[in-house]
Amino acid sequence: MYNVTYHRASSVEDAAKLAAGAAEAKFVLGGQTLIPAMKQRLAAPSDLIDLRHIAAMKGVTDSGGGIIIGAATTHAEVASNADLQAACPALCHLAAHIGDPHVRHMGTIGGSIANNDPAADYPAAMLALNARIVTNKREIAAADFFTGLFETALDEGEIVTAVKFTAPAKAGYAKFANPASRYAMAGVFVARSGGSVRVAVTGAGDNGVFRAENLEAALAGNFSPSALDGQTIDPANLMSDIHASAQYRAALVIAMAKRAVAAAG
Amino acid sequence: MSEVTMTVNGRKVSGSCEDRTLLAHFLRENLGLTGTHVGCDTSQCGACVVHVDGKAVKSCTMLAVQANGTDVMTIEGLAGDDLHPVQAAFREHHGLQCGFCTPGMIMAATDMINRHGPGNLDEKTVRGELEGNICRCTGYHNIVKAILAASEAMAKGAGAKAA
Ligand SMILES: Cc1cc2nc3c(=O)[nH]c(=O)nc-3n(C[C@H](O)[C@H](O)[C@H](O)COP(=O)(O)OP(=O)(O)OC[C@H]3O[C@@H](n4cnc5c(N)ncnc54)[C@H](O)[C@@H]3O)c2cc1C
Ligand code: FES
Ligand code: FES
Repeated sequence: MYNVTYHRASSVEDAAKLAAGAAEAKFVLGGQTLIPAMKQRLAAPSDLIDLRHIAAMKGVTDSGGGIIIGAATTHAEVASNADLQAACPALCHLAAHIGDPHVRHMGTIGGSIANNDPAADYPAAMLALNARIVTNKREIAAADFFTGLFETALDEGEIVTAVKFTAPAKAGYAKFANPASRYAMAGVFVARSGGSVRVAVTGAGDNGVFRAENLEAALAGNFSPSALDGQTIDPANLMSDIHASAQYRAALVIAMAKRAVAAAG
Repeated sequence: MSEVTMTVNGRKVSGSCEDRTLLAHFLRENLGLTGTHVGCDTSQCGACVVHVDGKAVKSCTMLAVQANGTDVMTIEGLAGDDLHPVQAAFREHHGLQCGFCTPGMIMAATDMINRHGPGNLDEKTVRGELEGNICRCTGYHNIVKAILAASEAMAKGAGAKAA
């Protein structure tokens, strides 16, 4: 790892100021992506601004319909939060299957979505739940936030402070985990609210997380796994790598979508 | 350079280190606590697991400066006059061969038992919870047996208290 200067921010404003004053700052929350990248010298910030101690960025609030999760809330906290267990257990299930217990004690929802790894779990949930990503400057709809592989709509120095969404009537998540890394080789989050169904796919798209509109249409009429019989995903826009071909991922997406619908009940 | 102060195994310690120093290296090199191992460069093996403020974390994936002000428990802090029940169970059930993964396995196991409550583990849960700990020798079978036995022993209150 190259040398770096560490700062512990006391508030969001403090963090923004520290970042603006540094040559090449990076924010760190759980560090479960950034520290490994710095160890490999894939990232070499001059300054690290630690957001993990900012009280305003932590915890879950459920204000009757609107749920807000602070960006610094860890995967373990999301997995075990009682309000979320009641409002959207699929999200707790998702968080409980990220990496391993040690990673879940440190890694956060804010760090995960800011990173937008094409195989990360949270982006699928955010897109399917039609969440809004709250920053220190504005709110961004999930559909506009995730813009490509490891790319987001965040400006330089912009800080994700929370995510907001309305609890769905029903939701489910299923992933086929890479046996070594546990990241998604295909992960599907389905959410049903009123008559509309949203289906978001991670781990498979060659440009990151995406919505599967044909699956949404099929499920809108009949919210059951069998509604997906005969549905397909075009492998042309899917990733192909040593773990799985695009054709295999296309088949996995349908299989995971069926499991997600079954889990949603 | 930063001045770092933390409580390690119940003792207040401070030292100065570069900001890039990993907690694992701070423990091993500044404090001489070489029980914490470093087995990979990719945050995957879990040989480095310690407890920070009561939670298992990978000390190779946290900077010492991030841990400034925390309470850290390493493998060296686990035993009292007797071995901790998890350590005793690993010995009894032959839960190690070369021993390289063992400190991380034991710190992961104590965290697992604390979170689920002694006596509340089954084989499937233990295997799932060991996702972040790799062993190249044992095939895991005796590690799982040892953790289940320790969990039962701790439920019966055999000897020591939970870590
Ligand atoms: C062994 C292992 C297994 C894993 N398995 C999975 C898995 O199965 N599924 C999965 O989804 N993930 C997995 N991860 C990744 C893990 O979920 C990370 O915790 C997560 O991707 C990043 O969150 P973090 O809080 O650790 O962020 P950090 O590593 O601290 O930051 C990640 C990036 O986001 C930026 N950033 C952080 N916070 C903010 C903010 N508030 N505003 C703007 N930018 C910010 C940072 O500058 C950095 O570029 C795994 C990681 C490891 C080490
Ligand atoms: S040394 Fe920390 S996970 Fe391998
Ligand atoms: S006993 Fe050798 S690596 Fe586990």
